Amino acid sequence: MHCPRLALGLGFCLLVGMALCSLCNMKLQYKGEKPFQPVTPSQYPQPKLLKQKPTEFLTLTPWLAPIVSEGTFEPELLRHIYQPLNLTVGVTVFAVGKYTQFVQRFLESAEQFFMQGFRVHYYVFTNDPTAVPRVRLGSGRLVSTIPILRHSRWEEISTRRMQSISQHIAERAHREVDYLFCLNVDMVFRNPWGPETLGDLVAAVHPGYFAVPRQQFPYERRPLSTAFVADGEGDFYYGGAVFGGRVAEVYEFTRGCHMGILADKANGIMAAWQEESHLNRRFISHKPSKVLSPEYLWDDRKPQPPSLKLIRFSTLDKDTDWLRS
Amino acid sequence: MDPREFCRKSAKVSLCSILLCAVLLGFYSQLTHRVVLRQMQLEKKESSEGDCHLDTCRIPEVPRLLYPKAQLLKPTRVDVLVMTPWFAPIIWDGTFDSAILDAQFRNITIGLTVFAIKKYVVFLKLFLETAEKHFMVGHKVNYYVFTDQPAAVPQIPLQEGRQVVVLEVRNYKRWQDISMHRMEMISNFSQRRFLREVHYLVCLDVDMKFSDHVGVEILAPLFGTLHPGFYAGDRQSFTYERRPLSQAYIPRDEGDFYYAGGFFGGSVPEVYRLTVACHQAMMADQANGIEAVWHDESHLNRYLLHHKPSKVLSPEYLWDEQMLQRPPLLRKLRYVAVPKNHAEIRNR
Repeated sequence: MHCPRLALGLGFCLLVGMALCSLCNMKLQYKGEKPFQPVTPSQYPQPKLLKQKPTEFLTLTPWLAPIVSEGTFEPELLRHIYQPLNLTVGVTVFAVGKYTQFVQRFLESAEQFFMQGFRVHYYVFTNDPTAVPRVRLGSGRLVSTIPILRHSRWEEISTRRMQSISQHIAERAHREVDYLFCLNVDMVFRNPWGPETLGDLVAAVHPGYFAVPRQQFPYERRPLSTAFVADGEGDFYYGGAVFGGRVAEVYEFTRGCHMGILADKANGIMAAWQEESHLNRRFISHKPSKVLSPEYLWDDRKPQPPSLKLIRFSTLDKDTDWLRS
Repeated sequence: MDPREFCRKSAKVSLCSILLCAVLLGFYSQLTHRVVLRQMQLEKKESSEGDCHLDTCRIPEVPRLLYPKAQLLKPTRVDVLVMTPWFAPIIWDGTFDSAILDAQFRNITIGLTVFAIKKYVVFLKLFLETAEKHFMVGHKVNYYVFTDQPAAVPQIPLQEGRQVVVLEVRNYKRWQDISMHRMEMISNFSQRRFLREVHYLVCLDVDMKFSDHVGVEILAPLFGTLHPGFYAGDRQSFTYERRPLSQAYIPRDEGDFYYAGGFFGGSVPEVYRLTVACHQAMMADQANGIEAVWHDESHLNRYLLHHKPSKVLSPEYLWDEQMLQRPPLLRKLRYVAVPKNHAEIRNR
């Protein structure tokens, strides 16, 4: 008889396929982490315990995560600590449709300011690899284009980022990088962005809401959504344009956000600020181990307050309506 | 065979195969996720920065909590440094929220090591009684009491989830040797038991008492405490070992802080590394006929200069009211010296 044999054959092939795939995954070589490395002492001034430097920002969250801003760290000392670890830092950017036009300026400014002296791997997710310009890169730095689908609605493209990133980590990035930053492409680096930003799980404060009480944060306020945040909850409003950390943590984080987005989809709801809402929900229950001040995520349309000494990464003025059409 | 029957049969078979596919696919995606995670966890070694908990090695999840929101433009303390230049928090009153931290550190067991050798057994009762009131309240604690007189360890009523483990060790004639050999003993027992029994180790002096909250805010992969006598001093004035022959040597233009030998700790692997390094350094010094000026404390300082701690405890966490005037920047005194007659209590 054909049919049982066919079914049997199909089932057998499927099982073999499964087994092979599992075997492939078992061989994941994950870039491990290092224990404390001895630091060769470098010349740097002694920390002054009694004279608090006039940084106007809070420097520690209530759960003792550092808040990084100019004046809170010694770049030389950090370089001494991190250089011997031979780390590779990954960056994901999404350049879909008309957003490919931002890649050039992004990469050029990154080459000037981002993680100088480190090995860097840029992952450019795009529907059109031919539209990604070739940019001159320093030694130890490379670009890979990752093909993705283009969706008709920009919200759809935005919410799929979490899924794409977690999938990419599982398939590739866990083998290639130690830390991963997920950044928006329509931005430029204007000042150094270095190892002071490295941490297990890193978030950045949104430039529009750092001086505002939590009730005014644009959290998702409908209880039906998995991104729902109640009135009395919330630490800071974090920007969706910058987050990162150790690859394993970013995997867990993006996967968690993606699950929330899927659940919302099944319930026919889309969060107020798409993945940024889900990111903010998750950062309440999985608090970041390091927070970047608005120096690391600025909006050039805003006037620069005196508390902000240095802008390191900021938006490019653009016509969002046209871009999203 | 009748064609209709044939169709029905083949339909049934295709349905079964589709169902089988669906089940296997579902299995597969779960398997992939778990395999990826497991691989990442297995190959994850101790991290040098960050709040990696040993049991899960992941960012801890906290339940919904109510607490006041931090203000980005309002630093909590303006009179003192709350973070080192290498991003280690310096723990002062007002910088942390215990509600959040307790939620992050739930299901953690803390080991406390304390040495009560020869006459120092007399300090145990007050030490343990005050620890019961102030040390890691609400968490699981193992008190590891190293002593040469197990019978002298007092019976103290203990809260739930807390126990005293008496570890019998030898004594030494000189108090300096007793002090220094603590490093060796902690390293030995770290391997033999602590690694399996606790997540964090806190290594304390016994001639002290707890007078205020000492909680999970101190826990980190590696932490040291600012010595109360030197927190305001210049690095040249620190009583580091200054003879180049010693393994504990630190030149005059180096050094971040002067750390106290009586309060340090971290995750078990990191404390193991520290105590092994210090013990080996002391053995090397002994072979070279030199003893560091402040014994194990000198070696601790050398180690923490080259292996920067991930948290630093302020002098709130180690104070001596008899020796020092309490400045206004110390809002709390948490762990303080018990008055003792040095000559009387040592070397007997």
